[in-house]
Amino acid sequence: MPTEFPADSVGLVTPQVAEFDEPLPLRSGRSLSSYQLVYETYGTLNADRSNAILICHALSGHHHAAGYHSNDDRKPGWWDACIGPGKAIDTNRYFIVSLNNLGGCHGSTGPTSTDPETGRRYGPDFPIMAVRDWVKSQARLADRLGIDQWLAVIGGSLGGMQAMRWSIDYPDRLRGCAVIASAPKLSAQNIAFNEVARQAITSDPDFHDGHYYQHETSPRRGLMLARMLGHITYLSESGMREKFGRELRQGKLHFSYDVDFEVESYLRYQGENFSDNFDANTYLLMTKALDYYDPAGDHDGDLARCLAQSQCRFLITAFSSDWRFTPARSEEIVQALVRAQRPVSYLEIEADQGHDSFLFPIPEYVRLLSGFLASLENESAPQGAPA
Amino acid sequence: MTVLDRPDFDLIQRWIKPDSRVLDLGCGDGSLLAMLRDNKNVSGYGLEIDTDNILECVARGVDVIHQDLDAGLDNFDDQSFDTVIMTQSLQQTTAPDRIVEEMLRIGRQAVVTFPNFGHWTTRAYLGFRGRMPVSESLPYAWYETPNIHFFTFRDFEVLCRERGIHIRNRTVVDSNYQSNWKMRLMPNLHGEIALYHIER
Repeated sequence: MPTEFPADSVGLVTPQVAEFDEPLPLRSGRSLSSYQLVYETYGTLNADRSNAILICHALSGHHHAAGYHSNDDRKPGWWDACIGPGKAIDTNRYFIVSLNNLGGCHGSTGPTSTDPETGRRYGPDFPIMAVRDWVKSQARLADRLGIDQWLAVIGGSLGGMQAMRWSIDYPDRLRGCAVIASAPKLSAQNIAFNEVARQAITSDPDFHDGHYYQHETSPRRGLMLARMLGHITYLSESGMREKFGRELRQGKLHFSYDVDFEVESYLRYQGENFSDNFDANTYLLMTKALDYYDPAGDHDGDLARCLAQSQCRFLITAFSSDWRFTPARSEEIVQALVRAQRPVSYLEIEADQGHDSFLFPIPEYVRLLSGFLASLENESAPQGAPA
Repeated sequence: MTVLDRPDFDLIQRWIKPDSRVLDLGCGDGSLLAMLRDNKNVSGYGLEIDTDNILECVARGVDVIHQDLDAGLDNFDDQSFDTVIMTQSLQQTTAPDRIVEEMLRIGRQAVVTFPNFGHWTTRAYLGFRGRMPVSESLPYAWYETPNIHFFTFRDFEVLCRERGIHIRNRTVVDSNYQSNWKMRLMPNLHGEIALYHIER
Protein backbone atom coordinates (compact mmCIF):
# COMPACT_ATOMS: atom_id res chain seq x y z
CA MET A 1 0.00 0.00 0.00
CA PRO A 2 1.53 3.36 -0.91
CA THR A 3 2.15 5.62 2.07
CA GLU A 4 1.26 9.09 0.98
CA PHE A 5 0.88 10.48 4.47
CA PRO A 6 3.14 13.20 5.90
CA ALA A 7 6.22 11.97 7.81
CA ASP A 8 4.91 13.40 11.08
CA SER A 9 1.56 11.61 10.76
CA VAL A 10 0.64 8.45 12.65
CA GLY A 11 -0.57 7.20 9.25
CA LEU A 12 -3.35 4.65 8.94
CA VAL A 13 -5.28 3.94 12.12
CA THR A 14 -8.11 1.54 12.91
CA PRO A 15 -10.74 2.23 15.56
CA GLN A 16 -11.25 -0.45 18.19
CA VAL A 17 -14.28 -1.39 20.26
CA ALA A 18 -14.47 -2.24 23.96
CA GLU A 19 -17.68 -3.87 25.24
CA PHE A 20 -18.76 -3.45 28.87
CA ASP A 21 -21.42 -5.52 30.63
CA GLU A 22 -21.03 -4.07 34.09
CA PRO A 23 -23.83 -1.47 34.59
CA LEU A 24 -22.70 2.15 34.64
CA PRO A 25 -24.58 4.22 37.22
CA LEU A 26 -25.05 7.78 35.99
CA ARG A 27 -25.30 11.16 37.68
CA SER A 28 -28.89 11.51 36.46
CA GLY A 29 -29.84 8.55 38.64
CA ARG A 30 -30.30 6.32 35.61
CA SER A 31 -27.84 3.68 34.50
CA LEU A 32 -26.57 1.98 31.37
CA SER A 33 -26.77 -1.80 31.73
CA SER A 34 -24.24 -2.44 28.98
CA TYR A 35 -22.43 -0.25 26.54
CA GLN A 36 -19.54 -0.04 24.13
CA LEU A 37 -16.77 2.49 23.66
CA VAL A 38 -15.00 3.10 20.36
CA TYR A 39 -11.40 4.24 20.71
CA GLU A 40 -8.11 4.64 18.88
CA THR A 41 -4.56 4.37 20.14
CA TYR A 42 -1.35 5.82 18.74
CA GLY A 43 2.21 4.96 19.78
CA THR A 44 3.30 2.10 22.02
CA LEU A 45 2.66 1.44 25.71
CA ASN A 46 6.04 1.04 27.44
CA ALA A 47 7.00 -1.83 29.74
CA ASP A 48 6.11 -0.10 33.01
CA ARG A 49 2.96 1.38 31.47
CA SER A 50 3.98 4.87 32.47
CA ASN A 51 3.71 6.67 29.12
CA ALA A 52 -0.04 6.61 28.49
CA ILE A 53 -1.89 9.80 27.67
CA LEU A 54 -5.67 10.17 27.47
CA ILE A 55 -7.09 12.68 25.03
CA CYS A 56 -10.61 13.88 25.87
CA HIS A 57 -12.67 15.29 23.05
CA ALA A 58 -14.75 18.45 22.86
CA LEU A 59 -18.41 18.95 21.94
CA SER A 60 -18.44 17.51 18.42
CA GLY A 61 -15.25 15.46 18.61
CA HIS A 62 -14.79 11.71 18.75
CA HIS A 63 -12.21 8.93 18.90
CA HIS A 64 -10.46 9.81 15.64
CA ALA A 65 -7.91 12.33 16.94
CA ALA A 66 -4.96 11.63 14.64
CA GLY A 67 -3.97 9.87 11.42
CA TYR A 68 -6.16 8.60 8.61
CA HIS A 69 -8.76 5.85 8.30
CA SER A 70 -7.96 5.20 4.66
CA ASN A 71 -5.62 6.32 1.92
CA ASP A 72 -8.50 8.30 0.44
CA ASP A 73 -9.16 10.31 3.59
CA ARG A 74 -9.01 13.99 2.74
CA LYS A 75 -8.57 15.08 6.35
CA PRO A 76 -6.75 13.51 9.30
CA GLY A 77 -8.18 13.19 12.84
CA TRP A 78 -9.33 16.31 14.68
CA TRP A 79 -6.13 16.88 16.67
CA ASP A 80 -3.59 15.70 14.11
CA ALA A 81 -1.86 19.09 14.47
CA CYS A 82 -0.60 18.04 17.90
CA ILE A 83 -0.44 14.22 17.83
CA GLY A 84 2.19 12.34 15.81
CA PRO A 85 5.87 11.47 15.60
CA GLY A 86 7.85 14.50 16.79
CA LYS A 87 4.72 16.56 17.43
CA ALA A 88 3.71 18.14 20.75
CA ILE A 89 2.16 14.86 21.88
CA ASP A 90 4.90 12.69 20.46
CA THR A 91 3.84 9.19 19.42
CA ASN A 92 7.51 8.12 19.49
CA ARG A 93 7.44 8.60 23.25
CA TYR A 94 3.85 8.25 24.39
CA PHE A 95 0.96 5.83 24.10
CA ILE A 96 -2.09 7.89 23.28
CA VAL A 97 -5.69 6.85 23.80
CA SER A 98 -8.62 8.77 22.37
CA LEU A 99 -12.24 7.66 22.56
CA ASN A 100 -15.73 8.59 21.53
CA ASN A 101 -17.69 9.47 24.66
CA LEU A 102 -20.93 7.75 25.60
CA GLY A 103 -23.85 9.50 23.99
CA GLY A 104 -21.74 10.21 20.94
CA CYS A 105 -22.64 9.27 17.41
CA HIS A 106 -19.39 7.79 16.17
CA GLY A 107 -19.62 4.23 17.43
CA SER A 108 -19.81 4.47 21.20
CA THR A 109 -23.21 3.71 22.69
CA GLY A 110 -25.47 6.71 22.20
CA PRO A 111 -28.88 7.86 21.00
CA THR A 112 -28.43 6.11 17.62
CA SER A 113 -27.68 2.76 19.34
CA THR A 114 -30.30 0.09 19.97
CA ASP A 115 -31.72 0.05 23.49
CA PRO A 116 -31.43 -3.61 24.62
CA GLU A 117 -34.60 -3.19 26.73
CA THR A 118 -36.86 -2.12 23.86
CA GLY A 119 -35.03 -3.38 20.80
CA ARG A 120 -35.41 0.10 19.28
CA ARG A 121 -33.02 3.00 18.99
CA TYR A 122 -32.62 5.04 22.18
CA GLY A 123 -33.24 8.36 20.45
CA PRO A 124 -34.21 11.05 22.97
CA ASP A 125 -34.56 8.37 25.69
CA PHE A 126 -30.82 7.94 25.90
CA PRO A 127 -29.82 9.14 29.37
CA ILE A 128 -28.29 12.61 29.54
CA MET A 129 -24.63 12.16 30.38
CA ALA A 130 -22.62 14.18 32.87
CA VAL A 131 -18.88 14.79 32.52
CA ARG A 132 -18.26 12.56 35.55
CA ASP A 133 -20.11 9.69 33.83
CA TRP A 134 -17.77 9.95 30.86
CA VAL A 135 -14.76 10.00 33.15
CA LYS A 136 -16.04 6.89 34.93
CA SER A 137 -16.44 5.09 31.62
CA GLN A 138 -12.95 6.25 30.58
CA ALA A 139 -11.51 4.85 33.83
CA ARG A 140 -13.04 1.48 32.96
CA LEU A 141 -11.44 1.67 29.54
CA ALA A 142 -8.11 2.43 31.25
CA ASP A 143 -8.59 -0.70 33.41
CA ARG A 144 -9.27 -2.69 30.27
CA LEU A 145 -6.07 -1.39 28.66
CA GLY A 146 -4.02 -2.10 31.81
CA ILE A 147 -3.31 1.57 32.51
CA ASP A 148 -3.27 2.24 36.27
CA GLN A 149 -2.06 5.79 35.92
CA TRP A 150 -2.02 8.19 32.98
CA LEU A 151 1.09 10.23 32.40
CA ALA A 152 -1.41 12.94 31.52
CA VAL A 153 -5.05 13.52 30.74
CA ILE A 154 -5.42 16.28 28.17
CA GLY A 155 -8.45 18.05 26.77
CA GLY A 156 -9.60 21.27 25.16
CA SER A 157 -12.91 22.98 25.91
CA LEU A 158 -15.40 20.26 27.03
CA GLY A 159 -12.38 17.92 26.93
CA GLY A 160 -10.62 20.16 29.47
CA MET A 161 -13.59 19.76 31.78
CA GLN A 162 -13.19 15.98 31.58
CA ALA A 163 -9.47 16.31 32.38
CA MET A 164 -10.35 18.40 35.46
CA ARG A 165 -12.95 15.84 36.52
CA TRP A 166 -10.30 13.12 36.27
CA SER A 167 -8.09 15.01 38.72
CA ILE A 168 -10.98 15.27 41.18
CA ASP A 169 -12.49 11.78 40.92
CA TYR A 170 -9.35 9.69 40.31
CA PRO A 171 -6.54 11.76 41.86
CA ASP A 172 -4.03 8.89 41.94
CA ARG A 173 -4.65 7.84 38.36
CA LEU A 174 -3.00 10.76 36.55
CA ARG A 175 0.30 12.58 36.96
CA GLY A 176 -0.52 15.55 34.76
CA CYS A 177 -3.69 17.33 33.76
CA ALA A 178 -3.78 19.74 30.82
CA VAL A 179 -6.89 21.92 30.68
CA ILE A 180 -6.92 23.90 27.44
CA ALA A 181 -9.29 26.73 26.47
CA SER A 182 -11.76 25.58 29.11
CA ALA A 183 -13.72 26.92 32.08
CA PRO A 184 -14.66 25.75 35.60
CA LYS A 185 -18.34 25.98 34.60
CA LEU A 186 -20.40 27.68 31.91
CA SER A 187 -21.45 31.30 32.23
CA ALA A 188 -25.07 32.35 31.64
CA GLN A 189 -23.97 33.60 28.21
CA ASN A 190 -22.45 30.19 27.36
CA ILE A 191 -25.65 28.43 28.43
CA ALA A 192 -27.70 30.93 26.40
CA PHE A 193 -25.78 30.06 23.23
CA ASN A 194 -26.33 26.36 23.91
CA GLU A 195 -30.04 26.94 24.43
CA VAL A 196 -30.39 28.78 21.10
CA ALA A 197 -28.59 25.86 19.42
CA ARG A 198 -30.94 23.36 21.07
CA GLN A 199 -34.01 25.41 20.13
CA ALA A 200 -32.83 25.47 16.51
CA ILE A 201 -32.78 21.66 16.56
CA THR A 202 -35.95 20.93 18.55
CA SER A 203 -38.07 23.41 16.56
CA ASP A 204 -37.12 21.82 13.24
CA PRO A 205 -40.29 20.14 11.86
CA ASP A 206 -38.23 17.03 11.15
CA PHE A 207 -37.24 16.65 14.82
CA HIS A 208 -40.38 14.70 15.87
CA ASP A 209 -39.53 15.04 19.59
CA GLY A 210 -36.25 13.31 18.93
CA HIS A 211 -37.87 10.23 17.33
CA TYR A 212 -36.80 11.29 13.83
CA TYR A 213 -35.17 7.89 13.13
CA GLN A 214 -38.63 6.28 13.00
CA HIS A 215 -39.64 8.89 10.44
CA GLU A 216 -36.49 8.18 8.47
CA THR A 217 -35.53 11.82 8.56
CA SER A 218 -33.27 14.13 10.51
CA PRO A 219 -33.61 17.75 11.73
CA ARG A 220 -30.88 18.80 9.34
CA ARG A 221 -31.84 22.46 9.09
CA GLY A 222 -31.94 22.83 12.86
CA LEU A 223 -28.62 21.06 13.26
CA MET A 224 -27.12 23.25 10.57
CA LEU A 225 -28.30 26.41 12.35
CA ALA A 226 -26.96 25.12 15.66
CA ARG A 227 -23.58 24.49 14.09
CA MET A 228 -23.49 27.85 12.31
CA LEU A 229 -24.17 29.60 15.61
CA GLY A 230 -21.57 27.46 17.37
CA HIS A 231 -19.03 28.13 14.66
CA ILE A 232 -19.35 31.89 15.06
CA THR A 233 -18.58 31.55 18.75
CA TYR A 234 -15.55 29.33 18.07
CA LEU A 235 -13.88 31.92 15.82
CA SER A 236 -12.74 35.39 16.81
CA GLU A 237 -13.93 38.65 15.31
CA SER A 238 -10.42 39.48 14.08
CA GLY A 239 -9.89 35.96 12.77
CA MET A 240 -13.10 36.13 10.76
CA ARG A 241 -12.22 39.57 9.42
CA GLU A 242 -8.82 38.25 8.40
CA LYS A 243 -10.27 35.18 6.70
CA PHE A 244 -13.34 36.64 5.00
CA GLY A 245 -13.53 40.39 5.51
CA ARG A 246 -16.56 41.51 3.50
CA GLU A 247 -15.46 39.58 0.42
CA LEU A 248 -18.31 38.96 -1.97
CA ARG A 249 -19.01 35.50 -3.31
CA GLN A 250 -19.62 36.64 -6.88
CA GLY A 251 -18.10 40.10 -6.81
CA LYS A 252 -21.40 41.98 -6.55
CA LEU A 253 -24.39 42.45 -4.28
CA HIS A 254 -27.50 40.56 -5.33
CA PHE A 255 -30.14 42.49 -3.43
CA SER A 256 -31.75 39.18 -2.63
CA TYR A 257 -31.55 36.82 0.37
CA ASP A 258 -29.14 34.48 -1.36
CA VAL A 259 -25.49 34.25 -0.38
CA ASP A 260 -23.69 37.56 -0.98
CA PHE A 261 -20.70 37.34 1.33
CA GLU A 262 -17.97 34.69 1.56
CA VAL A 263 -18.57 34.29 5.29
CA GLU A 264 -22.21 33.32 4.64
CA SER A 265 -21.12 30.70 2.17
CA TYR A 266 -18.52 29.37 4.59
CA LEU A 267 -20.97 29.07 7.48
CA ARG A 268 -23.55 27.34 5.28
CA TYR A 269 -20.94 24.87 4.08
CA GLN A 270 -19.77 24.14 7.64
CA GLY A 271 -23.36 23.76 8.84
CA GLU A 272 -24.44 21.49 6.01
CA ASN A 273 -21.36 19.35 6.25
CA PHE A 274 -21.93 18.96 9.98
CA SER A 275 -25.60 18.11 9.67
CA ASP A 276 -24.70 15.32 7.23
CA ASN A 277 -22.36 13.71 9.76
CA PHE A 278 -23.70 14.40 13.22
CA ASP A 279 -26.70 13.22 15.19
CA ALA A 280 -29.06 15.85 16.56
CA ASN A 281 -29.80 13.97 19.80
CA THR A 282 -26.08 13.70 20.46
CA TYR A 283 -25.70 17.45 19.95
CA LEU A 284 -28.46 18.12 22.47
CA LEU A 285 -26.90 15.71 24.96
CA MET A 286 -23.39 17.13 24.63
CA THR A 287 -24.55 20.73 25.13
CA LYS A 288 -26.49 19.67 28.24
CA ALA A 289 -23.39 17.97 29.65
CA LEU A 290 -21.58 21.29 29.15
CA ASP A 291 -24.36 23.25 30.87
CA TYR A 292 -24.45 20.91 33.87
CA TYR A 293 -20.70 20.84 34.47
CA ASP A 294 -19.84 22.54 37.77
CA PRO A 295 -17.49 20.43 39.91
CA ALA A 296 -17.45 23.09 42.65
CA GLY A 297 -21.21 22.56 43.01
CA ASP A 298 -20.56 19.59 45.28
CA HIS A 299 -18.41 21.82 47.52
CA ASP A 300 -20.65 24.85 48.18
CA GLY A 301 -19.30 26.49 45.05
CA ASP A 302 -15.74 26.46 46.42
CA LEU A 303 -13.58 25.37 43.48
CA ALA A 304 -10.39 25.49 45.56
CA ARG A 305 -11.82 23.00 48.05
CA CYS A 306 -12.96 20.81 45.17
CA LEU A 307 -9.57 20.84 43.43
CA ALA A 308 -7.72 20.28 46.72
CA GLN A 309 -8.55 16.61 46.18
CA SER A 310 -6.26 16.46 43.18
CA GLN A 311 -2.68 15.18 43.34
CA CYS A 312 -1.42 15.83 39.83
CA ARG A 313 0.39 18.74 38.22
CA PHE A 314 -1.80 21.05 36.15
CA LEU A 315 -1.20 22.95 32.96
CA ILE A 316 -3.86 25.54 32.23
CA THR A 317 -3.80 27.26 28.84
CA ALA A 318 -6.00 29.89 27.26
CA PHE A 319 -5.95 31.81 23.99
CA SER A 320 -6.05 35.60 23.76
CA SER A 321 -8.85 35.78 21.16
CA ASP A 322 -11.09 33.09 22.70
CA TRP A 323 -14.35 34.73 23.71
CA ARG A 324 -16.32 31.51 24.20
CA PHE A 325 -14.05 30.58 27.14
CA THR A 326 -11.98 33.69 27.76
CA PRO A 327 -8.54 33.61 29.46
CA ALA A 328 -10.29 35.01 32.56
CA ARG A 329 -12.22 31.73 32.82
CA SER A 330 -8.97 29.77 32.79
CA GLU A 331 -7.56 32.13 35.41
CA GLU A 332 -10.45 31.18 37.70
CA ILE A 333 -9.17 27.60 37.59
CA VAL A 334 -5.59 28.75 38.19
CA GLN A 335 -6.63 30.87 41.15
CA ALA A 336 -8.53 27.96 42.71
CA LEU A 337 -5.51 25.69 42.27
CA VAL A 338 -3.22 28.29 43.88
CA ARG A 339 -5.66 28.58 46.80
CA ALA A 340 -5.62 24.79 47.05
CA GLN A 341 -1.79 24.88 46.99
CA ARG A 342 -1.72 22.55 43.99
CA PRO A 343 1.07 22.60 41.39
CA VAL A 344 -0.09 24.58 38.36
CA SER A 345 1.37 26.43 35.41
CA TYR A 346 -0.60 28.87 33.29
CA LEU A 347 0.04 30.56 29.96
CA GLU A 348 -2.24 32.74 27.86
CA ILE A 349 -1.16 32.22 24.25
CA GLU A 350 -1.45 34.99 21.67
CA ALA A 351 -3.57 33.55 18.85
CA ASP A 352 -6.10 34.87 16.41
CA GLN A 353 -8.16 31.72 15.89
CA GLY A 354 -10.52 32.23 18.84
CA HIS A 355 -11.78 29.22 20.79
CA ASP A 356 -10.69 26.96 17.92
CA SER A 357 -7.03 27.91 18.57
CA PHE A 358 -6.54 24.72 20.56
CA LEU A 359 -6.75 22.71 17.34
CA PHE A 360 -3.89 24.58 15.64
CA PRO A 361 -0.13 23.92 15.82
CA ILE A 362 0.73 27.38 17.22
CA PRO A 363 4.49 27.23 17.98
CA GLU A 364 4.31 28.45 21.61
CA TYR A 365 1.42 26.08 22.26
CA VAL A 366 3.31 23.11 20.81
CA ARG A 367 6.37 23.96 22.93
CA LEU A 368 4.19 24.37 26.00
CA LEU A 369 2.50 20.98 25.66
CA SER A 370 5.68 19.10 24.80
CA GLY A 371 7.60 20.84 27.63
CA PHE A 372 4.87 19.95 30.13
CA LEU A 373 4.80 16.29 29.06
CA ALA A 374 8.62 16.03 29.13
CA SER A 375 8.72 17.48 32.64
CA LEU A 376 6.14 14.93 33.80
CA GLU A 377 8.23 12.18 32.25
CA ASN A 378 11.33 13.42 34.07
CA GLU A 379 9.64 13.37 37.43
CA SER A 380 9.65 10.25 39.58
CA ALA A 381 8.18 7.04 38.20
CA PRO A 382 4.54 6.34 39.06
CA GLN A 383 3.74 4.89 42.45
CA GLY A 384 4.01 1.13 42.59
CA ALA A 385 5.77 0.93 39.24
CA PRO A 386 9.16 -0.71 38.98
CA ALA A 387 12.04 1.76 39.13
CA MET B 1 20.90 33.25 32.06
CA THR B 2 22.01 30.16 33.95
CA VAL B 3 22.46 29.62 37.65
CA LEU B 4 26.22 30.01 37.19
CA ASP B 5 25.70 33.59 36.00
CA ARG B 6 23.69 34.42 39.07
CA PRO B 7 25.73 34.01 42.24
CA ASP B 8 23.01 36.06 43.96
CA PHE B 9 20.87 32.93 43.92
CA ASP B 10 23.38 31.28 46.27
CA LEU B 11 23.14 34.26 48.57
CA ILE B 12 19.33 34.25 48.47
CA GLN B 13 19.20 30.51 49.08
CA ARG B 14 20.75 30.96 52.53
CA TRP B 15 17.67 32.89 53.62
CA ILE B 16 15.11 30.34 52.43
CA LYS B 17 13.93 27.66 54.83
CA PRO B 18 13.85 24.05 53.60
CA ASP B 19 10.39 22.69 52.64
CA SER B 20 8.92 26.20 52.58
CA ARG B 21 6.58 27.79 50.03
CA VAL B 22 7.97 30.50 47.79
CA LEU B 23 6.47 32.93 45.28
CA ASP B 24 9.03 34.37 42.84
CA LEU B 25 7.85 37.60 41.19
CA GLY B 26 9.33 37.97 37.71
CA CYS B 27 10.89 34.51 37.91
CA GLY B 28 12.51 34.60 34.44
CA ASP B 29 13.39 31.13 33.18
CA GLY B 30 12.79 29.58 36.61
CA SER B 31 16.46 28.97 37.50
CA LEU B 32 16.10 30.21 41.06
CA LEU B 33 12.97 28.17 41.76
CA ALA B 34 14.52 25.06 40.18
CA MET B 35 17.56 25.51 42.42
CA LEU B 36 15.42 26.03 45.54
CA ARG B 37 13.31 22.99 44.63
CA ASP B 38 16.37 20.77 44.10
CA ASN B 39 18.42 21.97 47.08
CA LYS B 40 15.78 22.89 49.64
CA ASN B 41 12.65 21.02 48.58
CA VAL B 42 10.87 24.33 48.17
CA SER B 43 7.47 24.46 46.42
CA GLY B 44 5.56 27.37 44.97
CA TYR B 45 5.19 29.36 41.80
CA GLY B 46 6.95 31.85 39.63
CA LEU B 47 5.08 34.75 38.11
CA GLU B 48 6.27 35.80 34.68
CA ILE B 49 5.04 37.80 31.71
CA ASP B 50 7.44 36.72 28.96
CA THR B 51 6.22 33.70 26.95
CA ASP B 52 9.68 32.27 26.22
CA ASN B 53 10.58 32.40 29.90
CA ILE B 54 7.30 30.68 30.79
CA LEU B 55 7.98 27.91 28.27
CA GLU B 56 11.46 27.41 29.81
CA CYS B 57 9.93 27.16 33.29
CA VAL B 58 7.32 24.61 32.24
CA ALA B 59 9.90 22.45 30.46
CA ARG B 60 12.08 22.31 33.56
CA GLY B 61 9.12 21.46 35.76
CA VAL B 62 8.93 24.82 37.51
CA ASP B 63 5.35 25.92 38.11
CA VAL B 64 4.83 29.32 36.56
CA ILE B 65 1.81 31.56 36.20
CA HIS B 66 1.45 34.07 33.38
CA GLN B 67 0.76 37.30 35.19
CA ASP B 68 1.55 41.00 34.87
CA LEU B 69 2.86 42.18 38.25
CA ASP B 70 1.75 45.73 37.50
CA ALA B 71 -1.86 44.52 37.22
CA GLY B 72 -1.77 43.56 40.90
CA LEU B 73 -1.45 40.43 42.98
CA ASP B 74 -5.00 40.30 44.35
CA ASN B 75 -5.29 36.64 43.38
CA PHE B 76 -2.92 35.64 46.19
CA ASP B 77 -4.22 35.31 49.73
CA ASP B 78 -2.71 37.03 52.78
CA GLN B 79 0.25 35.17 54.30
CA SER B 80 -0.17 32.25 51.91
CA PHE B 81 3.58 31.89 51.24
CA ASP B 82 6.62 31.70 53.51
CA THR B 83 8.77 33.92 51.30
CA VAL B 84 8.03 36.17 48.34
CA ILE B 85 11.09 36.88 46.20
CA MET B 86 11.75 39.56 43.62
CA THR B 87 15.19 39.73 42.04
CA GLN B 88 16.30 42.72 39.98
CA SER B 89 12.80 43.75 38.94
CA LEU B 90 11.52 46.19 41.58
CA GLN B 91 12.97 49.14 39.65
CA GLN B 92 10.92 48.01 36.63
CA THR B 93 7.50 48.05 38.28
CA THR B 94 5.12 51.00 38.09
CA ALA B 95 4.55 51.15 41.85
CA PRO B 96 7.52 49.63 43.74
CA ASP B 97 6.17 50.66 47.14
CA ARG B 98 2.88 48.89 46.48
CA ILE B 99 4.72 45.76 45.31
CA VAL B 100 6.81 45.67 48.50
CA GLU B 101 3.65 46.04 50.57
CA GLU B 102 2.01 43.25 48.58
CA MET B 103 5.04 40.98 49.00
CA LEU B 104 4.73 41.27 52.77
CA ARG B 105 0.97 40.79 52.66
CA ILE B 106 1.28 37.55 50.68
CA GLY B 107 4.48 36.29 52.30
CA ARG B 108 5.62 36.15 55.89
CA GLN B 109 9.02 37.32 54.65
CA ALA B 110 10.34 38.79 51.43
CA VAL B 111 13.63 38.93 49.59
CA VAL B 112 14.27 41.88 47.26
CA THR B 113 17.33 42.61 45.16
CA PHE B 114 17.90 45.74 43.08
CA PRO B 115 20.68 47.92 41.61
CA ASN B 116 21.89 50.91 43.61
CA PHE B 117 21.59 54.30 41.94
CA GLY B 118 23.71 55.74 44.78
CA HIS B 119 26.90 53.92 43.73
CA TRP B 120 29.82 56.35 43.43
CA THR B 121 30.31 55.69 39.71
CA THR B 122 26.65 56.54 39.07
CA ARG B 123 26.92 59.67 41.16
CA ALA B 124 30.11 60.65 39.34
CA TYR B 125 28.61 59.89 35.93
CA LEU B 126 25.66 62.18 36.53
CA GLY B 127 27.74 64.75 38.46
CA PHE B 128 30.55 65.16 35.98
CA ARG B 129 28.99 64.29 32.64
CA GLY B 130 25.52 65.59 33.37
CA ARG B 131 24.01 62.54 31.66
CA MET B 132 21.99 59.57 32.87
CA PRO B 133 24.43 56.89 34.03
CA VAL B 134 25.07 53.76 32.00
CA SER B 135 27.03 51.02 33.78
CA GLU B 136 27.37 47.26 34.04
CA SER B 137 24.53 47.00 36.54
CA LEU B 138 22.46 49.68 34.74
CA PRO B 139 23.34 48.91 31.11
CA TYR B 140 20.60 50.87 29.28
CA ALA B 141 20.24 54.29 27.69
CA TRP B 142 17.53 56.41 29.36
CA TYR B 143 15.05 56.03 26.49
CA GLU B 144 15.18 52.25 26.28
CA THR B 145 15.63 51.21 29.87
CA PRO B 146 13.09 48.88 31.46
CA ASN B 147 14.13 50.48 34.77
CA ILE B 148 11.53 53.18 35.38
CA HIS B 149 12.25 53.89 39.05
CA PHE B 150 15.76 54.71 40.16
CA PHE B 151 16.53 54.56 43.85
CA THR B 152 19.38 53.96 46.24
CA PHE B 153 19.88 51.60 49.16
CA ARG B 154 19.23 54.54 51.46
CA ASP B 155 15.96 55.37 49.65
CA PHE B 156 14.79 51.78 50.08
CA GLU B 157 15.65 51.74 53.76
CA VAL B 158 13.80 55.01 54.32
CA LEU B 159 10.74 53.43 52.64
CA CYS B 160 11.03 50.40 54.91
CA ARG B 161 11.27 52.61 58.00
CA GLU B 162 8.25 54.69 56.94
CA ARG B 163 6.16 51.59 56.30
CA GLY B 164 7.19 49.73 59.45
CA ILE B 165 9.13 47.08 57.55
CA HIS B 166 11.92 45.33 59.43
CA ILE B 167 15.17 44.57 57.59
CA ARG B 168 16.34 41.13 58.79
CA ASN B 169 19.42 40.93 56.59
CA ARG B 170 21.16 42.94 53.93
CA THR B 171 24.01 41.85 51.68
CA VAL B 172 25.69 44.42 49.47
CA VAL B 173 27.72 43.24 46.48
CA ASP B 174 29.25 44.46 43.24
CA SER B 175 27.94 43.50 39.82
CA ASN B 176 29.76 40.15 40.12
CA TYR B 177 28.00 39.54 43.44
CA GLN B 178 31.26 39.84 45.37
CA SER B 179 31.63 41.85 48.55
CA ASN B 180 34.60 43.76 50.03
CA TRP B 181 35.47 45.96 53.00
CA LYS B 182 34.60 49.19 51.19
CA MET B 183 31.05 48.02 50.56
CA ARG B 184 30.69 46.95 54.14
CA LEU B 185 31.96 50.33 55.32
CA MET B 186 30.00 52.57 52.94
CA PRO B 187 27.42 50.35 51.21
CA ASN B 188 25.40 53.13 49.58
CA LEU B 189 28.52 54.57 47.96
CA HIS B 190 30.34 51.34 47.02
CA GLY B 191 27.61 48.71 46.61
CA GLU B 192 26.15 48.08 43.17
CA ILE B 193 23.45 45.55 44.06
CA ALA B 194 21.80 44.83 47.39
CA LEU B 195 19.90 41.82 48.60
CA TYR B 196 17.38 42.62 51.30
CA HIS B 197 15.64 40.11 53.52
CA ILE B 198 12.63 41.87 55.03
CA GLU B 199 9.55 41.20 57.14
CA ARG B 200 6.87 43.08 59.08
